[in-house]
This record gives sequence, C-alpha cells and structure tokens, in this order.
Amino acid sequence: MMRRSFLQLLGLSVPALQSAFAQPASAKSKTLITIFLRGGVDGLSMVQPSGDPALRDLRKTLIHEGGLKLDSMFQLHPAMSALKPLYERKSLAVVHAVGQANPSRSHFEAQDFIESGLSGTKRGDGYLNRALAAFPEGVPFRAVALQNTLPLSLAGDAQALAFPELRRFKVNGASGLGLSFEALYAGAVDEALRTSGHDAFESLNAVAGEAWATAEAANGAAYPRGAFGQRMQDLARLIRGDVGLRIGVTELGGFDTHLAQGAAAGQLANKLKELADGLAAFAVDLGPRLDDVIVATLTEFGRTARENGTQGTDHGTASSLFVMGGGVRGGRVHADWPSLSKLYEDRDLAVTTDLRSVLWSAIEASGAPAKASDVFPDFAPKPLSLFS
Amino acid sequence: MRVMALAVLFGACATPTQPVIAPAPAPMTIPANGWSPQQRAHHLLNRAAFGPSPSDLAELEHVGEAAWLTAQLDPSGHDAQLEAKLSGFKTLPLTVAQAFAAYPPPQQRLKELGITPDELKDNPELRKQLMRENADELPRNLLIEATQAKLIRSIESRRQLEEVLVDFWFNHFNVSAEKNRTRWMISAYERDAIRPFVLGKFRELLGATAKHPAMLWYLDNWMSVRDGFEVPRRRRGGQLPRRMPTGLNENYARELLELHTVGVNAGYDQDDVREAARALTGWSIRVRPRDGEFGTFIFQSIAHDSGPKEIFGLELAAGGGIEDGEKLLDYLARHPATARHIARKLCVRFVSDEPPQALIDEVAATFVRTDGDLRETTKAIFTSPHFWSDEARAAKTKAPLEFVASSVRAIGTLNEVRQPLARVLDQMGEPLYRCNPPTGFAEHATPWVSAGALVNRINFGLALASGRVPGVSVTLPAAGANSAETLDRVSAVLLGRPLSEGTRGTILKALAGEEADGEMRAIAPAKVAGLLIGSPEFQHQ
Repeated sequence: MMRRSFLQLLGLSVPALQSAFAQPASAKSKTLITIFLRGGVDGLSMVQPSGDPALRDLRKTLIHEGGLKLDSMFQLHPAMSALKPLYERKSLAVVHAVGQANPSRSHFEAQDFIESGLSGTKRGDGYLNRALAAFPEGVPFRAVALQNTLPLSLAGDAQALAFPELRRFKVNGASGLGLSFEALYAGAVDEALRTSGHDAFESLNAVAGEAWATAEAANGAAYPRGAFGQRMQDLARLIRGDVGLRIGVTELGGFDTHLAQGAAAGQLANKLKELADGLAAFAVDLGPRLDDVIVATLTEFGRTARENGTQGTDHGTASSLFVMGGGVRGGRVHADWPSLSKLYEDRDLAVTTDLRSVLWSAIEASGAPAKASDVFPDFAPKPLSLFS
Repeated sequence: MRVMALAVLFGACATPTQPVIAPAPAPMTIPANGWSPQQRAHHLLNRAAFGPSPSDLAELEHVGEAAWLTAQLDPSGHDAQLEAKLSGFKTLPLTVAQAFAAYPPPQQRLKELGITPDELKDNPELRKQLMRENADELPRNLLIEATQAKLIRSIESRRQLEEVLVDFWFNHFNVSAEKNRTRWMISAYERDAIRPFVLGKFRELLGATAKHPAMLWYLDNWMSVRDGFEVPRRRRGGQLPRRMPTGLNENYARELLELHTVGVNAGYDQDDVREAARALTGWSIRVRPRDGEFGTFIFQSIAHDSGPKEIFGLELAAGGGIEDGEKLLDYLARHPATARHIARKLCVRFVSDEPPQALIDEVAATFVRTDGDLRETTKAIFTSPHFWSDEARAAKTKAPLEFVASSVRAIGTLNEVRQPLARVLDQMGEPLYRCNPPTGFAEHATPWVSAGALVNRINFGLALASGRVPGVSVTLPAAGANSAETLDRVSAVLLGRPLSEGTRGTILKALAGEEADGEMRAIAPAKVAGLLIGSPEFQHQ
C-alpha cells in the first residue's frame, strides 16, 4: 500500500515500473561502462610502443620490460598482467594515439571538453546524458555514476544517478521517513534538488531489500581492495540485478605522475595494477554476461613523450585506452601510429584517432538509439573497426 | 636635477608614503532591503559564517550588522574558549620538521626499530603490535587532528568570517594530504601560509603559498631545475635531494597561472607555462632530515635557470636569481585578469553560482584599487546591494562542510569531535584536506547535488536530530501546544523563517499519517528537526 502511494506521488504507475523492471536487456542492447582515468594517463607507459626506435631516446627511467607483447610494436605494462587472458581470448582491445581535436593541457579544461563531447569548448550537459536521452524513461537505474558526484558526462536533462556505494544507498531511520522526504523533495522549488531527490527516492525504493544489491562476486572474482574495486563490483551487481542499467560510469584518479613515475614498479604501476585487476575481476564476475557489456577507459590527455627533469612526465596530448566486452574486436591494438620521431608541438604523442570516434563506436555498438549528431554535435565520428 | 627627480619618483614608488595619522575608517553602510531582521541575520550568517548559531544571532542582534561585520573583518580579539579547546591538539603547533620527527613515516620508524619491511610483511601479529604500541605517533594522527580542529573551528570559532575565508583560500591554493608527504605539512600550511593573510594582501598570500613546502611538494616545484642541470660534485650531500632531477617540472607553474592567479582563459600559452617554470627553478625545500630547518623554503641558486625569460608579457632579464620568481608573483598578483578571476570566484562563493557581472566588476575594481587588499575586497561583497538582493537570498546550495557545520551550529553543541562526524564529509564527497586535484572543490553547487549526496545529508540530519551523532548533543525547542506550533518553532531555529504552506502541509501530513490509528498526535521536535535538516529548504543558504 505504502509503496503504491508514493509511486503515485511520483506520477509513476505501478505496472509501468514493473514492466520496466521485468524487461531484461534485449539481445542487441548492451550496458555501456566508461571509466575515466583522471590526472592524464601516460599512455606511452600503459601500452608501451617498444618497437618505436625513438622511445629509448625520449625516456630513460620510465621504460619497462617483461610485459605482455601485444604485437610487434606494443607491449602492455607489466603491472597489468591480469588483462592477459582477456586480450588473448580477444575480449579486450587497445586503441592508441587517441585524444582530442582541440587539446588542452589543463586537467579541468581537457576533462570538461571530453565530457561535454565538444572540440575545445564545453557546455552544461554531457555526451553520455545526450546518448541516454534516446532511451525510454522511467527506469530508476538507467544511468548510474558510481562516484561521489555526478560527472559532467552524465549531467543534463536525462535522469542519472550518482552514489559511491550501493551498500550505503539507503535512508536510515524509522520506516515511513523516506516517504516524507520524498514528498518534501517533490515540492522543492530548486530544480536541481527536486530532480536529484526524485531520482534518489525512486532508486532507493528499487534497491531496498534486494538481494542483488549485496550479492557476492561470482566465479571467484577477486576485486582489488579500495574504492575502485568496490565500485566495479557494484556496477557488476547492477548488471547482474537486471535493473535496466544502460550506462554506468566510474573513475580512478592518481595518474598525474609529474615526479618519480616509475617503470615496471612504482607510482604509475600501482595505479595501472589497480585498474587492470578491477577490469579483470569485473570480467570474471560477469562471466558470459560480459558479452552484454561494453567497457571503455578514457583519460583527459596523455603525457609528454619525453621524460621530464624529475623522472616523471608533464601534461601531454594523445594517450591510449582499453575497450572490453561483447562484440569488441579484441586481441589487437587499433592505432594509426604517428611515430615518436614526429611529435606534436615537439613534445607529445600526436592524436591520430579522435576520442569521440571511439566513444561513438562504443555507444553505437551498445545499441543505444541515439544519433551521433546529438551526442557529438560539432563532430562527425569516423567509422572505426573496433566492433564486429 | 633630473637625477633628483627620478630618485624622488623611484623612492615614491618603492615606499608608499605612510600618512602620519591613519584616517578613521569610513563607517560601513549596509544596504537596506525589505527583509525582516531575522531574514537579514540568517542571510548574513549563512554566508559570512558557517550558518546561524543561537549565540551569533544574539550577538548580531545586539551590536547590529555594521559593527558585527566590522569586527569580523578585523578579528583582533582572542577566542579563549576556542583556544582552550584546540590546546589539546598536539600536532597543530608543530613545524614541518617537528611533525616528521614526532610522527615518523612508517619506513623511517621501522628502520629505527630495526625491522625490515619483509619481516613485517609476513607477520600480521607484529604489524598489529606495532600499530598498537605506536598508536600515539602514527602519522594518521596528523590528519585526524587537522580535520577535527577544522570542524571545531567551523562550528565554534567566534571569528567565523576568518574561518570561512581560510576555507575559501585553502581551497583556492589547494594541497591534498593524499599526496604522501603533504600530510606532514598540512597544518603548518594552513597556519603559516593561509590563515595570516586571508584579510591581508593577495600578493602576500600568493607568496606565502608559493614558498611553503606543502605547495612546493604538492605541485612538485621543489624538484624543478634548469634543463640539463647536474649536481656539482662538491655540492653532493648538501641541501639537494638525493635523486637529483635534471630539468623542468611545469606542474606548479601551470597551476599558478591557471588556478591561483590569471585563470585559464587569460590568454597565456604553453610557452608561457614553460617560461614561468624556468623563472621558478630552484624554489625548493630543505630536505636533509638532520638540518634544523628541515622542511623550510630554500632558493637553490645553482639549480636556477639564469637566462632571460618572457612570461605572458613580463620580461625578465638574465641573472635575476630568486627575484625572477618574486617578480613573476608581483606581476601575476597585479594582473587585471587575476582581479577578475579572484573577484568572480569570491562572488560565486558568497553571492550566487551565477553572480551578476556588475558585482564582479565592482569587486574586481576594489581588488585593483586596493592593490589586492582582501579585507577591502571581501567587504565590497558584503556591503554590495547585490549581496542583499532577493536574487541572492537562499540562492546557494550548501557545500558539504557548510551543511554539516550549519546544522550543528543551529541545534547542537560539539562536546568532542569523533571520527563519524568527519567521515560524513568523506561520504558527501568533500573530505577535509583531501581534495586530490589542484583545482580544489568546486564553489558552485552542481557537482555536489546528486542522489547519493542527498541520501547522505538526509541520514546525517536524522542522526543529528535524534542525538545519534557521537560527540554532539542537541538542544531543540520545546514542543508547542500542537504540531503546527512545534513545526514553526523548529523551522524558526533552522531556517529563520516560517515554512511555506506547501512544505508545512507536507510535513504535517507525512508525520501525522504515520500513526496507525489515524489520531492526530503531537509531533516530537526531534522528528521535525530530522526532517527539516534533510529537507530541500535547509540545503539552501
């Protein structure tokens, strides 16, 4: 009774919501997960062009040995060995020399440009929100950012949620209190608060007491300790819970390695290991359901091709990224390699693939009914052979 | 004759003439508007303080707005009660060197105890024992105490505006305790580089942050040296780092331009960033642990790039030494783009997320006219009609710290800060002293209004009002003759105004509807307070 009454309060009919829940992802549609690696990942270390003769002139303390050879040119960072099985069974692909059309070397500008989906400028809504807008509404967990705040990429008119942890996503207190808050927020004058409140309560109701929300990892998947592992696990829970998740977003920081970056071990290696272990555990946890998912990593910029004066790297331009999941033409590095002997502005790896072409390929392959011209209004994505 | 004239001219430039008798400060006029005194008091205390507390409301009513603001802008008096409370925190007065000595980094401590990292790795019992035996000197105490002190100050300091400004300027010149060694420097940074200058000159504040080890470490400038630098043999073992760098690190120089001064759209380019980094080479930290001045600023002239530089319109002749950096800071502090950038950010913090351009111009003009006097610049905001306009009232969403501090100030007494109170801020996405990117936390609301954040706020309000936040006791108005009266009393305390009819009806209905027998019963004040703190109205300031 109570449940019915507050659903009505929200203007949603019970049958509509039930049918939305009951609907599993159709054969064509996949959940899109993006992982923003904040700080600017040194793509030349994450996926090292060991076969480029200029590499050893540019870098001294940063070069690593012993990582998985991806092809005659590229070598995976040795701290990322957890990705080996995924690459070998072709569920994981690399894209290299990827970046922005009008790059910025400012963290927040570069992040805002990417998340806006625009060339060298920004706006108040994000590319993922515009992709989301094409889906039917009324599913509480349609789009979720597993982080403290809603990132710009998901901000906009279409409903999206942000919370850092499923376990803590509940109102503590006497029963019925949730209902009161719900009514208060429904009447809020401030639109941002009203919308966030609405989204919060709708989802709170959907998650309350559900077994999937606290399910253990399957298939012996071992997530890395820390927030990133927990968030990847929560994303897997949302997928396994069949709650209609279309877009999931999370992030990992700590890639701004200006000083003592390290090679096979060290500061960057630790972060890359956390990323690789999280991705690998997510894949193991999902098992065959990984085919229903597309995961893409991205970062705001790569770093200087040359090692700087403090055994680190400064803000650069192109970087590398991973795409994983169903339909990915994996087990290969997709790159139009610009060569390290022809650097952009004599300092950075040049961009030969616009990041938005990759993101659009992923959105398209996920079966989202969005139009490229809505998602990336000032850019015509180039077709890539990233998905079969 | 001509030489004389020049000398006079230069002399006048170098030392501004001091008037013999300081002119009496102009009496402060605060614009009138149509609000009730209670509404005015809540508005002022919501912005110039961490929200209204019963004692600050009483003081403001007693002395009047102008006198209250004048005192807040020149807070010379002691706050004995606060000082007594903070005197128990051992880490707050420590220098960086003392902090490292008293709270040694784990590796160093292990070395002193003669334990190898491998021994520890295979022996969880030993690890537990060490943690227990050394609990008082674990480095985590540095951050715990800093966090607790900040909460106490935000909630209880009588110099509220100073605390708000310390929060603003720390965030503007952000460093994060998450970047390993910065943790040992964070209290010293706030105490020595931020707090003394928040009502002083911007140039002094800029200089203090530029030379503080926390900033030099956090943005890597301490390791930035001229390209091709090699340590001369005779200097090895001196104040130079062991693993010596060989060239520029442009991290600090970039953020100095982008975040601290002129702003990202000022028109500088990558070359300007590199030139600025060259000007700042050699600005470093004394790093030898045995040195008494360990962890203080040092200019390493042998690591400095002595060539000429040109930075965003500033020309520096060769051989400037440490003056290169000083001149760069002078130039940036007085650049008109800096005035605009700072004015805008202050207006977003204190007035609204989209402040009117006329106000920004007004505040920027004050900044320029007073050569970056932050007392005058801050005053210009609070005495502007824009601050007192209907558009500005309740126009801002509280940031996490503002939300937590204002709710405790309204109905609570802080007996002691326990960790759950600090952890609430972590969950709301703004952990104190741990904002990793140099941008600091956003001053506008969009990033912190999200479903998860609201749920955290609702839960905090419920816990606080029902006395479940450890270390905080709660005083609520007595229940009224009926539920409506109780509601009005609680809302007067928390919001400074009666609730809108809609919200009032919703709460009465929601709380009354809970009763199984349908009888209207008196609502407990705690229940109302719990709801109101989590309500949309209380998220505003």
